[in-house]
Amino acid sequence: MTKTDLNSIIRSINLSIGYQDKKNKTFIAKDIDLSLNKGNLVCLLGENGIGKSTLLRTLTKVQPKLSGEILFEGRKLETIANTELAKKMSLVLTEKIPESNLTVYELIALGRQPYTNWLGNLSTEDKNQIQLAVKQTNILEIICKKHYELSDGQLQKVMIARALAQNTEIITLDEPTAHLDIHNKIEIFNLLKKLSQELNKTILISTHEIHLALQLADELWLMNKDSIICGKTNELIANGSVANLFSSDLVTFDLKSKQFIINHH
Amino acid sequence: MNSKTTYSLKYILLGLLLLLFILINLSLGSVDIPFRSILQTLIDSDSVKESWQYIILQYRLPKTITAILVGSGLSISGLLMQTLFRNPLAGPFVLGISSGASLGVATMVLGVSVFSGVLAGWALSSIGLALAASIGALLILSIVLLAARKIKNTMSILIIGLMFGSFTAAIISVLAYFSSADQLQQYVFWTFGSLGNLSWNEILVLCITYVFSIGLLLTIIKPLNSLLLGENYAVSLGVNLKRTRNMVLIITGILTGVITAFSGPIAFIGLAVPHLTKLIIKTSDHKILVPAVIIIGAIIMLISDTIAQLPKSEYTLPINAVTSLFGAPIVIWLLVRKRKIQY
Repeated sequence: MTKTDLNSIIRSINLSIGYQDKKNKTFIAKDIDLSLNKGNLVCLLGENGIGKSTLLRTLTKVQPKLSGEILFEGRKLETIANTELAKKMSLVLTEKIPESNLTVYELIALGRQPYTNWLGNLSTEDKNQIQLAVKQTNILEIICKKHYELSDGQLQKVMIARALAQNTEIITLDEPTAHLDIHNKIEIFNLLKKLSQELNKTILISTHEIHLALQLADELWLMNKDSIICGKTNELIANGSVANLFSSDLVTFDLKSKQFIINHH
Repeated sequence: MNSKTTYSLKYILLGLLLLLFILINLSLGSVDIPFRSILQTLIDSDSVKESWQYIILQYRLPKTITAILVGSGLSISGLLMQTLFRNPLAGPFVLGISSGASLGVATMVLGVSVFSGVLAGWALSSIGLALAASIGALLILSIVLLAARKIKNTMSILIIGLMFGSFTAAIISVLAYFSSADQLQQYVFWTFGSLGNLSWNEILVLCITYVFSIGLLLTIIKPLNSLLLGENYAVSLGVNLKRTRNMVLIITGILTGVITAFSGPIAFIGLAVPHLTKLIIKTSDHKILVPAVIIIGAIIMLISDTIAQLPKSEYTLPINAVTSLFGAPIVIWLLVRKRKIQY
């Protein structure tokens, strides 16, 4: 076994993703081979509609794969029960949560469900974990508010706190900074970086924030039409993979500033 | 926590209100019975006039118990539907489940000429009607749920539910057209709704169904709470979505079916009470909501029944008319006052 194998939590082999109804399969991406490694902050980058969300949903068992294998800690993902998976992987999704009277505290407490008894009563340990999550995300002043009273930035932090309360090794986030202003974007990314460094969490983010991803991510997954390129952030910048991400003459990648710059003709 | 004490305070208040309305419901009726005699009958019946004893024990007490079971049972069904469909307008009536139960009963009552001899007798017995209503309710509920799986838009699902309502009404019209005046009368009286026609045996059947359903409900309190985050989050928390859905289906089907069979299709309670409860107790936690919905559902039904009795008169209004008369304005008022209904 190589070192990357040992570090790998999720591995995909010849994975095809997409949608399936009774008659036909709609492939979005084929032959995906990748590995999510322990303790890394990984950013999944790619154009709109390229299949980032589908890939995340497939890797997290929200959506079934079309073919190939997904190994979670060496076991086939589909053989792992939802209840077991809930203790290993938590999600922050793009979908809005339905209207309800949930307070921020209750919402975060729902993250403890994999550990609570049949009625969902919180033990001292559960309450400690919730407090910890609240502290780590710095949202103490809003825990009594109803979730619909929050700003988008606050709500996103609350959803991350909920994922933290679930106390899982992996946290997967689907475009966590969409709709946020630049200040909130940086705050969320810094928070995620801090969590991966200090708590050794494995964090997988699909995002359009290329600048932030290039500065903070340990690894990048670059999703193109026909392939997905994985590697250390610096290596992918050096070998030109990042520059090729957008096959367009509107922008060029500037190596020095690690930024895409608009072409002026 | 602070909120916990306010919850328990509200519970004590609701409990006292329930007790009050039980006593009011017992003491009002077409015959004037002094309040003391009512209490005496309930505790130690020897010293009270025999006719009064009979009225209380064989008529008023069964009716009061039925009102409590029917009111809370329908309200629980409504709450479950609203959480499952994540829609504030869901309820046994809107989703066509009550219509399904009606169809079951109509088939039994109006189509009874098809059955012969012993079978007909059994079909018209209360157990036969309860079974038919439950099957009808479950049938419509599963079709609506099947549609819900294909259609993500909840508004479309509600429209499908309403369509099923008209569809079953049409079938019932056809059945009614071909049935005799007696059968028709029997069916129409059933649709008026009534809480007072249940024998102690029938109450026992209702009671067992009720306890069974609440028992099942307790096992899905936790997944119901995680459904407040949406289905995908619920699954990521380890919820078995299929099982939870089926449980909700079975509980609401049985509860609505049996209640509708015994007391007729009672409108609005299932829709209005969960909203009313959430206005009084501002939480979405089903652990706190379920008992509150049970108590408030019972109180609302007791009030409706007390009004329907038209105290001191010989007349009784159809209970279904009373709940609609009060339920419809409540729902309208809710929509107007709270543009955003929380559910």
